[in-house]
Amino acid sequence: MIAFLVRRVLQAVGVFLAVGVIAFTMFRFVGDPVNQIVSIDTPYEERVKIRASLGLDDPIPVQILRYLGRAATGDFGISYQFRQPVSALFAERLPATLELAFCATIFALGLGVVLGVVSALKRGTALAAALETVSLVGISLPTFLIGILLIYVFSEGLRWLPSFGRGDVVNVGGWTTGFLTTSGLLALVLPSITLGLFQMTLVMRLVRAEMLEVLRTDYIRFARARGLKTRSIHFGHALKNTLIPVITIAGLQLGSVIAFAIITETVFQWPGMGFLFLQAVQNVDIPIMAAYLLLVAFIFVTINLVVDLLYTVVDPRITISGRPA
Amino acid sequence: MKFRSVILALAAVGAMTAALPASAVTVRYANQGDLKALDPYTLNETTTIAHLGHVYEGLTKRGKDLAIQPALAESWETPEPTRWRFHLRKGVKFSDGTPFTADDVVFSAERVRAPGSNFATRLPPDAKVIKVDDHTVDIVTDKPNPILHYQFDGWYIMSKAWAEKNGAVAPTPAAATTPSFASLNAMGTGPFTIESHQPGVRTVFKKNPNYWGKMEGNVDEIIFTPIANDSTRVSALLSGEVDIIEPVPLQDINRVNGSPNAQVLTGPETRTIFLGMDQARDELVNSNVKGKNPFKDVRVREAFYKAIDVDAIKSRVMRNLSTPSALMIAPEYFRLAKEFTRPKADPERAKKLLAEAGYPDGFEVGMNCPSDRYVNDGDICRAVIGMLARVGVKVNPIIEPKAQYFAKVLKTGGFNTSFYLLGWTPSTGDSHNVLYEIMGCRGRNGASRGDTNLGGYCNPKLDELTDQILVETDQAKRDQLIKQAYEIGNADYAYIPLHQQSLAWGVSKKLKVAQRGDNQVRFEWVVKGE
Repeated sequence: MIAFLVRRVLQAVGVFLAVGVIAFTMFRFVGDPVNQIVSIDTPYEERVKIRASLGLDDPIPVQILRYLGRAATGDFGISYQFRQPVSALFAERLPATLELAFCATIFALGLGVVLGVVSALKRGTALAAALETVSLVGISLPTFLIGILLIYVFSEGLRWLPSFGRGDVVNVGGWTTGFLTTSGLLALVLPSITLGLFQMTLVMRLVRAEMLEVLRTDYIRFARARGLKTRSIHFGHALKNTLIPVITIAGLQLGSVIAFAIITETVFQWPGMGFLFLQAVQNVDIPIMAAYLLLVAFIFVTINLVVDLLYTVVDPRITISGRPA
Repeated sequence: MKFRSVILALAAVGAMTAALPASAVTVRYANQGDLKALDPYTLNETTTIAHLGHVYEGLTKRGKDLAIQPALAESWETPEPTRWRFHLRKGVKFSDGTPFTADDVVFSAERVRAPGSNFATRLPPDAKVIKVDDHTVDIVTDKPNPILHYQFDGWYIMSKAWAEKNGAVAPTPAAATTPSFASLNAMGTGPFTIESHQPGVRTVFKKNPNYWGKMEGNVDEIIFTPIANDSTRVSALLSGEVDIIEPVPLQDINRVNGSPNAQVLTGPETRTIFLGMDQARDELVNSNVKGKNPFKDVRVREAFYKAIDVDAIKSRVMRNLSTPSALMIAPEYFRLAKEFTRPKADPERAKKLLAEAGYPDGFEVGMNCPSDRYVNDGDICRAVIGMLARVGVKVNPIIEPKAQYFAKVLKTGGFNTSFYLLGWTPSTGDSHNVLYEIMGCRGRNGASRGDTNLGGYCNPKLDELTDQILVETDQAKRDQLIKQAYEIGNADYAYIPLHQQSLAWGVSKKLKVAQRGDNQVRFEWVVKGE
């Protein structure tokens, strides 16, 4: 077990190094940060000075090593756009992203499981066919379009829900939360649906397929033969067994929901990390881009590790050992 | 028990934030861009300058028509051509209560020219700022400078005492490597103060109770949020969540005007959009013509000029929201601008000129163009490419986001372009800036001349005029010199000016606003009704 963990941590370090190096090589093609920092009528001499002060004149390997060295000590530099430490900016934006990701996941799992079960049990009916169609739409419509459509209908048309921002937030020990105010909760609705819709349809289709599979198995027949109530067969026995793959997928998808909330956050001007990243790309804010990519790598590595460990809990037949299988 | 105390604390916080007077007039404003720095010497950019103009003031200010007016200086005179005397307004207090004096002006003059300031050009390097008494300041220059005070409206005066107390004596450089106090806090003499500022999320301005002047508008509070996404910004306006947005994308103007609660306010902007051609290299970087540079031939430049139909660009690409221009400056900034008319498009003549110049079948050239910097910039370039194709010139588009575009075409990128689209608005509001920066020979008689002359156009006669214009103090004579300089540029077909683009602000019908041609959204003039 310990050997397994050590090996995974070493692998993670390798992943971080690779991400850092690849990211830095790409940054050469995103443009010149100096032009985004100062106005166009800034004298040439001043631009040259700024380049030098940012260390952009050094060879790329030197820049990479310097960055990785500082990052190892927790110093991710100062954002070019905001003149604030990147770590402070991330700490400020993290609650927004995590709360959005949390609500989107709850929405995706809650509605996804219910609709999946319904469409499996009512197979062949008009209702199930309608749900199938809706799920296809959800899986194929791009996120930004869903967001804009929701805004158009619910903000501009019906005026029920806000179209941008987090509403009023309350600061609880450094964590800003939108869960404690009405406007904060209302502001979560549209972005969560937008972000979670894809996962919701994914979960729904998965649950439906698994459910149909399980309903054909022998133990369900025996359960019926024993005369158990339909409700307890469906929800007590069948659903329980469909949930194992659902949990795996949901766990893995949580990483994507956090890391790729970029589009949703941009459409709704959601002050989270994804939006910060997109603005950083437009403004060639290299410190934010680099830190974000490392953070995303960290999230995925961690989630994968947790999922691996959870397998042993969910399925006792799997064992983890230090030796390669 | 613990849980209950948390709830109580939260309720108290909620009650405090809700404790605004019931009659307070709040205006909510969304801009595409962000307020990136609160230090008034960090970023020389319209949106930032406009925001900070609510908190800080200069010695002068500009009115709704962009005319120069007294602000912190009540009056000024030039006892000698090289000595300006500014009489400072008495009884003005900074919002923290300290009185405004000549020491603050002297301090701000040092700070604005210190290393790291992006506003060093607001005050000529040779100008000495001398305190005469507490309310009089002299500015002495080596040479006469008739436009010394033209940029003072954007040179904001800071409090010496406040800066010293908070360790903000040095300006925050654009490329700051340490966080600075002045970039997160602002304290000036203006009509508003900043109550809270969360970069990239939300900034709240409150009316300054100690303001010396009388505000025309009735706004007590401004809540600013950047909304980068075009359609979200328009939706926020139409749903009444914000009161004013800038800009409205051209394609959404009809939708906003068709709504019951908002309208679009349009007007000419002072930025001139133009095309430039590389006339410096002996061989173009992006062309199939080898061994020579076709743009060195004035006939080719004229052919390009005549091939492009700005009226078609206006009606097709800009939805009639542009003003075709014969000059490289907006008419607001040059009194004699109406004496110039733009020649009509003439593709036949363009073809003939190309044939005379030795390109009867045209040639190929690459065109650099930003896609997210000016109104419909990418579409303008595509239209231009189509028009040039009609006269036989094959233009290969290199249309890129501004981050990549500017990295190539500016001096820092080695002027790596043959043919490009750019926009320029003189920060001085005066022709000298255009003639020096855009039309001056690169590097001649002064290192920064022509730094933004990306195509390297050069005519020494024009430079001579530019130097005279700088020191000529007689207004009428100066205008004539400027006119002559533009005539030279036009005869050389140095550039192809296209148009001044239009401002497009989306404004709630409850609001009465003054739209200024430099695109500064200013709330001291805003009146909000029911």
